[in-house]
This record gives sequence, C-alpha cells and structure tokens, in this order.
Amino acid sequence: MAKHATPLLDQLESGPWPSFVSDIKQEAANRAANPKGLDYQIPVDCPEDLLGVLELSYEEKETHWKHGGIVGVFGYGGGVIGRYCDQPEKFPGVAHFHTVRVAQPAAKYYHSKFLRDLCDIWDLRGSGLTNMHGSTGDIVLLGTQTPQLEEIFHELTHKMSVDLGGSGSNLRTPEACLGQSRCEYACYNTQDMCYQLTMDYQDELHRPAFPYKFKFKFDGCPNGCVCAMARSDFAVVGTWKDDIKIDQDAVKAYVGGEFKPNAGAHSGRDWGKFDIQKEVIDLCPSKCMSWDGSKLSIKTADCVRCMHCINTMPRALHIGDERGASILVGAKAPVVDGAQMGSLLVPFISCEAPYDDVKEVIEKIWDWWMEEGKNRERVGETMKRLSFQKLLEVTDTEAAAYHVREPRSNPYIFFKEEEVPGGWDRDLAAYRNRHQR
Amino acid sequence: MAFISSGYNPEKPMEGRITDIGPHKYDEYFPPVIKKNFGKWLYHEILEPGVLLHVAESGDKVYTVRVGGTRTMSITNIREICDIADKYCGGYVRWTTRNNIEFMVEDEATMKALRDDLNSRKFAGGSYKFPVGGTGAGVSNMVHTQGWVHCHTPATDASGPVKCVMDTVFEEFKNMRLPAPVRIALACCINMCGAVHCSDIGLVGIHRKPPMIDHQWADKLCEIPLAVAACPTAAVRPTKVEYNGEKVNSVAIKQDRCMYCGNCYTMCPALPISDGEGDGIAIMVGGKVSNRITMPKFSKVVVGYIPNEPPRWPTLTKTVKHILDVYAANANKYERLGDWANRIGWESFFKLTGLKFTHHLIDDFRDPAYYTWRQSTQFKF
Repeated sequence: MAKHATPLLDQLESGPWPSFVSDIKQEAANRAANPKGLDYQIPVDCPEDLLGVLELSYEEKETHWKHGGIVGVFGYGGGVIGRYCDQPEKFPGVAHFHTVRVAQPAAKYYHSKFLRDLCDIWDLRGSGLTNMHGSTGDIVLLGTQTPQLEEIFHELTHKMSVDLGGSGSNLRTPEACLGQSRCEYACYNTQDMCYQLTMDYQDELHRPAFPYKFKFKFDGCPNGCVCAMARSDFAVVGTWKDDIKIDQDAVKAYVGGEFKPNAGAHSGRDWGKFDIQKEVIDLCPSKCMSWDGSKLSIKTADCVRCMHCINTMPRALHIGDERGASILVGAKAPVVDGAQMGSLLVPFISCEAPYDDVKEVIEKIWDWWMEEGKNRERVGETMKRLSFQKLLEVTDTEAAAYHVREPRSNPYIFFKEEEVPGGWDRDLAAYRNRHQR
Repeated sequence: MAFISSGYNPEKPMEGRITDIGPHKYDEYFPPVIKKNFGKWLYHEILEPGVLLHVAESGDKVYTVRVGGTRTMSITNIREICDIADKYCGGYVRWTTRNNIEFMVEDEATMKALRDDLNSRKFAGGSYKFPVGGTGAGVSNMVHTQGWVHCHTPATDASGPVKCVMDTVFEEFKNMRLPAPVRIALACCINMCGAVHCSDIGLVGIHRKPPMIDHQWADKLCEIPLAVAACPTAAVRPTKVEYNGEKVNSVAIKQDRCMYCGNCYTMCPALPISDGEGDGIAIMVGGKVSNRITMPKFSKVVVGYIPNEPPRWPTLTKTVKHILDVYAANANKYERLGDWANRIGWESFFKLTGLKFTHHLIDDFRDPAYYTWRQSTQFKF
C-alpha cells in the first residue's frame, strides 16, 4: 500500500515511453522490502514522499522546493546543491533532499562494477534516485541529508576514487562527445582533452572564484553532438584544413544504390533513388563540389566543412588529415541577457596533449573575465558589454574576416589613440589661429 | 537508524582527506573492441532504428543497441541495466548526451538477442523500460531539467511533460521516416539549465505574473542590491515600505517592465513567482546545433503560452505532434525543421501549421529585436 495516493501521477504510468513514476514506485517498493537488510541512513520512505510532494505539485501546478541552503563538503564550494521541501511536515522523508553531483568519465562509458558500487553508496546513504545524467553531464544523486554529505564524499573518494562535479560560480563539469572512441568523424581526441583539462583545472572546478558558471564542451566535428557551440562558454569543435578524402569507387556505390545514403538514417521512408546532384552537390552550402557522372570533385579552398557530404556518404568521404579544432566562446542559455551562441575566436588550433595552446587561450579569457566580469555575468555577456575587439585584445588574437558574418554597418568605430597620427592631444591655440571662433 | 560512519572523522576533516581527483579516466571502461580500435573507425551504418554498426580499419565491428531511458532513474533501474550489460556486454555500457543508454556487442546474433531482450522489458505500470530506437531521421530522447521533482524555480514539471510528449511521438522514436533528425528538449524555466534554445522543438516553462513581494522577509532573506541587479529590464528597485508599523527595506517592482524571468527570485527567496494559473509552457521551434548545410540557429517562439495541464498535458502534446506532422509532410529530405521554415518563410509556417500568430511572438527584448522585424517588401500574403 502506497504511503500517499497519487491518482494524477498514476496516469503517467501508461503509454509506451519509460515511466519515471513506475521507476520511483519500483524504488519505493525495493526500499520497503530492503532485500539487502540495510540500515538506511536517510528515511526509508523518501521515494514515497517524493511522489507525494510531486502529486501535490500536480494538483496545485506549483513547485514545493525551496532555494538551496549553503551545504557542501569541507573545502569545496560546489558539487552539492542544497534542497529543502516547503511542506516538510507532510513529507518528512524529503524535508532535506540535497543533490550530489559526481564527476562522470568523459562520454559516459561505464563498467557495471563502477555503477553497482555507486548504487550501493546511494542505497545506504541517499534516496536511491538519480539523474543519469544532469544536463551538464554529471551523474546526479538526487536527495540526501546534510549529515551524509561528508560520508558520501569520503566513500566516493576512498572507495571509488571519484570526485564531485561542479556547481555554483566555478568551472562546471566538462563534457565531450564520444569522439575517436566510436566515431569516424572525430577530428581530435575529445575525451582526452576533456579529461586533461578537467584534471588540470580541479581547483577552478571545486572552489568558486569566477563571476558565474563557466562550461567547457568538446565536440569532435561540426556535427556537434554534445552541443558545445550552444551550451558552453568555451567550445572546442573539431575541424580540418586539407582535402576531404574521396574514395571514388565508394561514391559510385552510393550513386548506384549499393550503399544507403546517410548511413541508412532515412531508411524508414521511400525517398526515391539516391540523387547525388540533388542530395549532395546542390545542398553544399558553399557550392564547392561537382559530379560529372563518374568523378566527384571538391574545391577545398571553398569548403566550409559543414559535414553534409560526409554524413551523406560516410563510406566514400572522410575528414582530412590536417586535423585540429576551432574555438568558439560565449554560448549560454537566455538568462539574463538573452541566449547566445559561441562566437568564433580561434579558427584552428592543434589538439596535441598536453593542450598547452588551448589552456593558454582559456587562461587569458579567465584572467580578463575574472577582472572585468560582473557578478552573475557569463563570459558571453562580458563580451557583449565590452566588445569582441576586447576579447581579441586580451587573447592576443589578430582580427580577421572569419571572426564576423559581415563587417559592421555603422561607422561608430573606436580607434586606438596610437592608430591616429599625432594622437588626441591637440593644440587648441593653433586651431584657433586657423579658425576664428 | 544507527549512524554508519564511512571512516570520516568530523573532528579531523583533513585526516586522510582525498580531494581534487576528478573523474575516472575516459578509457577505463572502454569495451575491448572500442579500446582496440580507438581513433581507427572507418564508417558506420544504422542497420535498423536503434541499432548502429561501426566498422574499423582493422575490419572489427561493433554493434550498438541504443535505448531511451528516463533521466530520473532509480538505482533499481541502474542495477537492471548493469545486469543486462553483464549478460551481453562484459559489463560495459554507456549513456549518451540525450539520456539514451547504449549497449555494445561484437556480433550480430548477440545484438539481436540483446535488442529483443531490451524491447521485452516493461515496468509494472505497462511502459517499456528500454525501448530500442532514437537514431537517424527520427526523434531521439529528450534532454530535460528537474521541474517539480527537484527545483525551486520551475514554471512547469519536466519529467511529466517529457513522458507525455515522448508517448505521443513514440512512433518517431521507433522509426526513421522524418526528413531529418528532430531534437526535442524541455527546460522547466527560462534559466534553461537544459539549454533548449537551439532545439528543433524546444519546450520552455514560463511564468506570466510578476513576483509577489514578501516585505516582511525581503531584507532578512536577501541582499537587496543583488535582487535589483538581477533584473534584466531594470524593473526592480530598492525602496522602504511600511510593514507592521515599521519602515523596512524592501524592493518595488515596475510590473509592466517585468517579463517574469524569475532571476530576482533566484537571488531573493522573498520574491516568489510561481503561480498555478499563470505558469505554463512556450513552444520554440527551428533551432539546431549542427553546422550541417546551414549554420547553427536559435529556436523561435511559435506558441507563446500553453497552460500546465497535468498529468498528461494534452494541449502541449497535441501541438507538438501537429508541428511534427506538418514538418514531416512538407520538408525536403535532409531539411531540419528550422531550415524548412526558413525556406518556405515563417508566414507560410504559420499558414501550414494553422498556429495563430500573435503579438507575443514579435521580439521586443533589446537590440536583436529589430533584426527580426521585416525590413523588406518581400513577403507572402
């Protein structure tokens, strides 16, 4: 018998998509049965109380969670998010229900041993509920009480050799696409750069010293599976400089219908016979390709590396060999000043470990942003407030046409004094000699 | 309950303390075939919805079976995933950025057994536990936020509406018959910790009433200057008010300047903004992150408000399905939703979908607004 009647939530158990309500109920039943005979360190019925408070929200259409308090582990300023219920008497099991963020391995490859060990800690010391994963990438352990925080941290670090993730005004947990581990498009080792930079910047990740959050994401190619350009302050997106490699026989196999276009991604509908002219050549954004009936040609100087031709004929076309990445800066979601996409800062950077050249760019941006950024101002907003030119200046980057979609359409130019002969210190008396007042 | 110590000594917090060790290294849990062929993959193929084949230069093959999962997930569920990984995959498993779970095997027969096993598992309530799908030109799993399950600022729930939307578009998760991939995402407020602003279909919780001011608590709970500075439209100013015969420090809010972002509430709990009648969901469409063919673009608001209708959000799901169906019927192959809308023109988008264009959909937030108005005589009647 459930602790709380949940007639509204029960309606989320039907339908084909996996039901989180069924799943929470399953955890409630598991804790009630306690097959491992655990001495649960937080209330055994917290999943039931979570369903109870959620049912109340479904009735009233308002949340029942309060602002986080200052909770955490000693010496860290992030990784734990305090959470309290605003109806603690009705739902004592979730009165205190803090979140713990655990650092995930880049691109989220696991072995069951790791996951089971984590589940065991969370079974004993938490709610048994998680997010796999949080939006930024962490493993999110959802719901525990303050006295358990140090215990959980101790067990994570001592038994599992794993650390907490980021929260607050610090470097947030970085994440990468799966890159070279299982993708032929990856232009650099996204997971390694992610791992190295995460390790090198542990201090920035755990101890908030920034104006606001700062995110790194690493995409292996311009397809952008981990959404770096949209979701990270500092986006590293794989690219290449030389020719796309063409296997002309394989191109013919696509044209002849032997290979399915786009790796079979469109096989659920009859789109007719593959038409290389219509589906590849004509869709090329920079019109750098041609097909003469037997040979595919690409003018590399005109290619903008959008990936369409490669995505469409992955067995015939391959990324070039002179590989690296572009760096785009300043993406963020709307709050406060509106959404921003990352803006191109570095067109090409080699991606060789230990990534000192990438770190140099990062650290120059941080130095500037930590000095100039206002409280709760993302670096993209600082860029808007102080100009892209300023970002170029602080990163020692020379302005180039690829930095803009188009040049400015107003002449309100800030010249530097040294750019103007004679500077700004002028002789009024001499002027008056030439011009009467 | 007897407190069980982990070995941590609160008297000596630094004793034996381990810090700054970061995550486990990414290659610690690579399946052997992944480790062996790292950086040497040649091409891939989607054999059927939810099943990928990657072929390496060595000739090695890895079959991946992708399933949708609930992002809010119990350890009982994770342990079941571990059981499956142990049975078929040597214990290895991974998650994707979009909350999918991927199991990898090296031969076709095991792949088929695994796929069928995954498709056969159901929760007691009847839903699939691990539906296979989410690849190619279809709908993949939704990324989303916490909502009423665990957040203090949401204007809607997250897991609930996601469940309802995915139920509604389930056939598109199981198939690859759309013109291009369609990425749907939900953020339960405009903070967008789920960052849905570049999704083909982005659902975002919005408030529609300015915050209330709890004068009794404002000065006690909040740094008033921070609450003032938090407002992007300068609608909040500091003031003194009479409360219970006393002059207290508080704030005043110019209501017609407020666009209900809730940023002040984030800084000051004495400015509650949630409201059962006022809150709901806006639908944004046409965003994308990929650089394929066209440049990445933001999603645009096409429905300014849909009320919260728990538990099944019928208006929301119907509208999302309708947009998806009209797109599927009209777009060209490879054309993302936003590219289709741009090609036909947004006036045609509203005509074809029958969605009502209202004043709410015209941008009025700062300078970028002007660039979305039409400075041309080119338009469609």
